[in-house]
Amino acid sequence: MGALTEKVLLRHTSHDDQTDLDAALERGAYQVLGKALKMQPDALVEEVKKSGLRGRGGAGFPTGLKWTFMPKETSKPKYLVVNADESEPGTFKDRLLMERDPHLCLEGFLISAFAMKASVIFIYIRGEFVHPWRMLDEAITQARAKGYIGKNVLGSGWDVDVILHRGAGAYICGEETALMESLEGKRGYPRLKPPFPASYGVYGNPTTINNVETLAIVPFIVERGADWFLGIGKEKNAGPKLFCMSGHLKRPGVYEAELGIPLMTLINDQCGGMLNPARKLKAVIPGGSSAAVMTAAECADLPMDFDTLAAKGSMLGSAGVMVMDESVCMVRACERVLKFYAHESCGQCTPCRIGADWIYRIVSRVEHGGGTTADLDTLVSVCDGMVGKTICVFADAAALPAKSFVAKFRNEFLDHISMKGCPTKGIPAGAR
Amino acid sequence: MSAAAEGQAPHVGIRFAKAGRGLTEATLRRIDEAIARYPEKRSALLPALWLAQQEQGFCSLEAQEQIAEKIGVSPAFVAGVVSFYTMYHTQPVGRHVVDVCTTVSCWLRGSDELVGHLESSLGIKVGQTTPDGRITLRTVECLGSCGTAPMCQIGDDYHEDLTFAKIDKILDGMT
Repeated sequence: MGALTEKVLLRHTSHDDQTDLDAALERGAYQVLGKALKMQPDALVEEVKKSGLRGRGGAGFPTGLKWTFMPKETSKPKYLVVNADESEPGTFKDRLLMERDPHLCLEGFLISAFAMKASVIFIYIRGEFVHPWRMLDEAITQARAKGYIGKNVLGSGWDVDVILHRGAGAYICGEETALMESLEGKRGYPRLKPPFPASYGVYGNPTTINNVETLAIVPFIVERGADWFLGIGKEKNAGPKLFCMSGHLKRPGVYEAELGIPLMTLINDQCGGMLNPARKLKAVIPGGSSAAVMTAAECADLPMDFDTLAAKGSMLGSAGVMVMDESVCMVRACERVLKFYAHESCGQCTPCRIGADWIYRIVSRVEHGGGTTADLDTLVSVCDGMVGKTICVFADAAALPAKSFVAKFRNEFLDHISMKGCPTKGIPAGAR
Repeated sequence: MSAAAEGQAPHVGIRFAKAGRGLTEATLRRIDEAIARYPEKRSALLPALWLAQQEQGFCSLEAQEQIAEKIGVSPAFVAGVVSFYTMYHTQPVGRHVVDVCTTVSCWLRGSDELVGHLESSLGIKVGQTTPDGRITLRTVECLGSCGTAPMCQIGDDYHEDLTFAKIDKILDGMT
C-alpha cells in the first residue's frame, strides 16, 4: 500500500500546452468518451458502481450508488453539477486538475453526464479560481467545436450543453444544496434535505452533484474496468487519490497515491520530510480543516483512507493534509481554524451563526491571555450545542475540530490560561 | 492580521455606495447575453454582478437596480446577494486589491509576517486603501493555494511562494 506504479490523474499535468486540443488528442483525450457513447448508459453506471469509487469531495459517498438515485423515467430535464468550488482549507487538487488537464476533466464530466442521461452539465467554480475558469472555458469552446458538446454528440443521439458558472466567494457554496441555490442566483443557503438533489435539485429538476476529482477518474474506470480500480488501494477504499500536502514540509504539493498510503510515507518519501528537519512533527490535520487534528503519536502508523480516519474520530475529507512542526502553538492553530468558520458561517441556522463566532472568540481569548478554565467547559458545551443541530454539516465541521484541539492539546490551553497568554507569543514557524 | 482585530467578530457592516451613473449599454448587452445562457434568468445574477464590477470596479447601487430590473427581482434581493459573497465590492476600492490568504496553511508558512510587512511598507492597515488609491489591502480565507504558501491574489492573478522581496517587486510593478 503506498506509491502508485504509474501516474493516473496526474499523467499529463506536466505538459504546458493544455489549451492545445490537438496535443491533448494526441495524448488520448476523448478516446474513452467515444467508447462510452457506444455503451449503454446503465452499463456505465454499473461499472462505476462496481468499482466502489467513493466521492473525492469530502464525504466519501459511493459515486455509482449516488448515480442510481437519479430517476429513470422522468419528463423533467436531468442535470449533472460539477462541484468545482474547492474551498476546504488545505485543499488544492481540483484546481491543479482544471488548470493542468482541463480536457481530462471535461471528458470525465461528459461520460458521467451520458451515464445519467443528463442534458446539461453545470460546472460551479469558485470565484477566486480565475485561471482555472479560463482554462476550462477555453477547453469547453474547443470541445464544442469538435462536437464533444452540443447536439448529437459524436453521432450518439445524445444532446448535452455545458454551462460554466463562476461563484463569488463563499465557502458554504461547496455544500451541494447551497451551491444549487447560488447557481439559481440566490444567497448560498443550504437547503433542508430531503428532498435530495436526485429528486429535487437545480430548478427543482433531478440533479447529481459530484466533485471534479471524482469525475476525472471516471474515464479511467471506463477504459480499464472496475477491477483495475479495485486492485489499487484497499477494500472499500479503492483507487488512486490526490493528496494535498501543505504546511511544514520540504516539498509541499499535490501527490497521487493509493488510498491507504501511510501518512508518514507521504510526509517522508513524497514530500521529502519536514521543512526544518531539526523540528519534530507535532500534529497533522488530515482532511481539510473540518477534520479532527491528529497528534504526532496518532500519525505514526496512519493509513490515509476514508474508513481508517473515520474510525479514529477524524476524516479523510478532501485529503487536505496540513502538517505542523513542534514550533506551532496549538491554541493559535485552533484559533486560526475557528476564525475561518466564524467568517464563513452562512448565518442561516442560529446554533451555527452564534456558535461558530462564539467558539472562535473563546479560543481567541485563551490565546491572548484572557481565558479561564471555565472557558474550556463553555467551549465544549457550545460545540455540543452545534453538532447535528443545523440544516447542513458546517456547524459540525467547526465544532468537531475545535473539540479535538482542546481534547488532544488540553495542557497547552491550560498553560495559556495560567500564564495569561501564549508561551510562544503566537509566532508561527514558517516565516521566511 | 493586526493584533487589535484578534478575537473580534470578523463580520462587518455592509455599506453600499453609488457610482453616480448606471452601467453602459455594452455591459447591459453582455448581461442580456448571460441571461440567455441559462434555463432560468435569475441564474444570471452572479454573472451580471461580475460584469457590473468589471465595468465600475464595484457593484454600485445604480448597477444593482439595473440588474434587478433585468433579472426580474427586487433591488433588495440583489443587495442581499451582493452582500453574501465576499468578492463583490459594495464601494469603490483601490486600483489593485491585494487579498492575502491567512488561513491555516498560509499562516504556517508566514502569512502573518507577510501581512505585517505589507502594512508597514504600504503604510495602511488591513481593510484600508493607500491615499493615492493604488492598493487596497485585505486578508481573506483559504484561496486553495496551500502547497505554495504564503500567497495572495491580486485582481485575477495568484502570486505564490511569496517572500517579502517577491511581493515588493510585484507591487512595485503596479501603478
